[in-house]
Amino acid sequence: MLLGSLLAVGVLGWFSDKINPYHADVLTKVGINIILAVSLNLVNGYTGQFSLGHAGFMAVGAYTSAAITLFLGPKILPHHDMADSYWAAYAVFGGALVAGGLVAALAGWGVGAPSLRLKGDYLAIVTLGFGEIIRVIFCNIHFLGGALGLNGIPACTNLFWVFATAVLCTYVVVAMVHSTYGRGFLAVHDDEVAAEAMGLNTTRYKIVAFVVGAFFAGLAGGLYGHYTLSIDPKGFGFMHSIDIVVMVILGGMGNTPGVILAAVVLTLLPEWLRPVAQYRMVIYSFLLIVLMLTRPQGLFTWRRKWKQV
Amino acid sequence: MAASPTSQPLLRLEHCTMRFGGLTCVSEFTAHIAEMDLVGLIGPNGAGKTTVFNLITGVYQPTGGKIEFRGKSIVGKKPYQITAHGIARTFQNIRLFPSLSVFDNVRVAFHLHLFQGIAHAVWRGGAFLREEREIAEQVMALLEIFQLTKFRDAPASSLPYGDQRRLEIVRALATRPKLLLLDEPAAGMNPTEKTELMKLIQFVEQKFKISVLLVEHDMQVVMGICRRILVLDYGIKIAEGTPQEVRANPKVIEAYLGQEQAK
Amino acid sequence: MFHSDNPGLTAGLTEFLQQLINGLSLGSVYALLALGYTMVYGILRFINFAHSDVFMVGAFAGYYAVKPFTISLAKLGLSLPVNLHLGAHSISSGLLALLISMAFCALLGIIIERLAYRPLRDRSKLTVLITAIGVSLLLESGGQLIFGADPEPFPELFPVREFSGGGLSVSSNQLLVIGMAAILLIGLQLIVLKTKIGTAMRAVSFNHQAASLVGINNDRIISFTFGLGSALAAAGGILYSMNYPSIEPYMGILPGLKAFVAAVLGGIGNIPGAALGGVLLGLIETFVNGSRYSTWTDAIAFAVLILILLFKPAGLLGKVQLEKV
Repeated sequence: MLLGSLLAVGVLGWFSDKINPYHADVLTKVGINIILAVSLNLVNGYTGQFSLGHAGFMAVGAYTSAAITLFLGPKILPHHDMADSYWAAYAVFGGALVAGGLVAALAGWGVGAPSLRLKGDYLAIVTLGFGEIIRVIFCNIHFLGGALGLNGIPACTNLFWVFATAVLCTYVVVAMVHSTYGRGFLAVHDDEVAAEAMGLNTTRYKIVAFVVGAFFAGLAGGLYGHYTLSIDPKGFGFMHSIDIVVMVILGGMGNTPGVILAAVVLTLLPEWLRPVAQYRMVIYSFLLIVLMLTRPQGLFTWRRKWKQV
Repeated sequence: MAASPTSQPLLRLEHCTMRFGGLTCVSEFTAHIAEMDLVGLIGPNGAGKTTVFNLITGVYQPTGGKIEFRGKSIVGKKPYQITAHGIARTFQNIRLFPSLSVFDNVRVAFHLHLFQGIAHAVWRGGAFLREEREIAEQVMALLEIFQLTKFRDAPASSLPYGDQRRLEIVRALATRPKLLLLDEPAAGMNPTEKTELMKLIQFVEQKFKISVLLVEHDMQVVMGICRRILVLDYGIKIAEGTPQEVRANPKVIEAYLGQEQAK
Repeated sequence: MFHSDNPGLTAGLTEFLQQLINGLSLGSVYALLALGYTMVYGILRFINFAHSDVFMVGAFAGYYAVKPFTISLAKLGLSLPVNLHLGAHSISSGLLALLISMAFCALLGIIIERLAYRPLRDRSKLTVLITAIGVSLLLESGGQLIFGADPEPFPELFPVREFSGGGLSVSSNQLLVIGMAAILLIGLQLIVLKTKIGTAMRAVSFNHQAASLVGINNDRIISFTFGLGSALAAAGGILYSMNYPSIEPYMGILPGLKAFVAAVLGGIGNIPGAALGGVLLGLIETFVNGSRYSTWTDAIAFAVLILILLFKPAGLLGKVQLEKV
């Protein structure tokens, strides 16, 4: 099934030039949001750790990968000729993306390790705090543009990269969770004390969730940076984290297909609501409240028949 | 089958004390549990029985005393490490994993004996698939022994109460313990269910060759299956012995004075 | 005024005193905000994310109390000019504006609790948390809709006088802020410790069941707590805007977060702790802002949060809570 989806993505990529640029733009955003939502779902949904700092990991990935393509790229590829070094350029990009993801994963470990002994509300605030600290750190790194942001990032992202990563992310998360080891994430979510009593190292599970989630957020950040071509610390604030959290909630925490659907809907919604753009956030937040009051399990969950995993 | 005096006890608690601020929950508690033993821990409400369980399983760290399992100290270890050593438990208020199916509740407990980790889960190579298959077989085998196969895909929380208790025991057994701690397993059961529970516990002890330490209020159950009984009152062990000895012990009767216990 | 052989020392001392006053002024605002967080947490074990936006509404309420404005619903062809004729620039009008804002926000806080939080009282903590985030976003975006996204200059509510001497420059606003915050804090302590309703508040925060068993109407007490906290937030909003006279719908977010950190610093659920934490954080932040690390100012609050939660999670004045297994 993995190979099938990758093939589909490959086909999509070849056609990407033919698609109306507006649609392509929206699709790219959808893809990036899918990666963010699915990776956050691992932490918030499956493992039940309420993290409000996901955008911070995105920032780490974006800046790291941009730094590599901007500063190291020219050194590795001295002769810039698109036709010639097509594959080489993409190799550098791929490497930069992965590097971004790895550094973000490291950040995830750095944030997760101290925070994970905290519960619920506190964990949320601390992760939010970490996200803000990351933002301020980037404001202060001047060779990466500081508060004014980093410009001139090479435009390497296209639909193929975005959706290939999205497929990869979804596959990894789903494959992880649907194994015997992976059932542990849900166990930790349900009842930490009982999970510990059954021999599960709950702290390690939580850290793994954080790190893997952060890795993919970093990839998403790298893709984002090489798409918008210019990034600044303000764009990765906790408002953005909350956007992603809403996608996870809407989709139903721990429900990957639902979360993907939610990511799609919530990315398209601002486009559909263009005519009433000024009311968008009001409607959005109002709906969120109503949703929590009436259907907190998310819009896209459905009573599963006893399906075997 | 009594443990021979020369063999080392499976679990040894020496002078264990648990103090919370000014309150002493358990004081100088000393007890031994041998291999293939069936021991009951009784006492009036608030005597500290669950605290003893929590001490053994690492949820609390004793403020004094030693706890050794199979000769090695387990003080200071985390609960999951203690489970890895071979002590499993059930809880007073059933703590199943509600979002997991019956099958998965047991499956998760096989975690300890997993060889393949997450990376393998993602890669899904041959060894991984083989191990998953083996685990699935073992889970089904366990479910079958305890007649829970028909529920295998049901969410754990949808089971009738008695079956949930059974499931909790099955789940604990999946960790392949040498010592099983049962915290009030008969709570909320009717007499028929209690008789079945008693048979179940004895069956578990025989078939899986493990020791059982049982906290229970129901005297019928305790007197019926336990070979030895420890009596706790206000955190202190006031009696120890066979059911007959304990039943006749004046200190025990005094501790329970005023409380009706069904015989 | 200062005679010294060492002008550098004098300058340093002056600088220190100046920052001290700035810090106290800022800290007073944080303290007022922190109180709302800590009271609600103490009584419901819940972080009211929307508190920071009540702060913002308070500032705007103060603004509209003195500036004539028009309520217009263009679609319905309605237009209603409102002018409270308070005439700025006098102590009495300033106080009146403050009181109006506090009353308005107290009502707002009670309404929010009633509509959004009370129905979820039995649900999971996460659900309420997300609802709180929703309310927060609603207030912010609603504010943007109603007040416009552009920052508005905050009017001078009270007559301003500058005091300077010996290199120090202090505005009467700053002194007013510190003074009024102190009065409100003392007032709160009196309510909590000396009145019947204050005792009821403390009872509910210890144990809901026991409190209702002795005849306390928990719902009413909770509403009262929200109202009180929101009124203080409104006061905080106005006092803050007196010194940073530019208000906009998203102004509450950062101060709110920092005030929450202050509450945790002092020991969440602990009223004197919140005041202490607020003042401390205000001082720390001001001194960092005045140093060469000023670009890190925002991060300081969060660093404090993380450090406190790692090393002394109960806060400076708080007590540790154990979980029963």
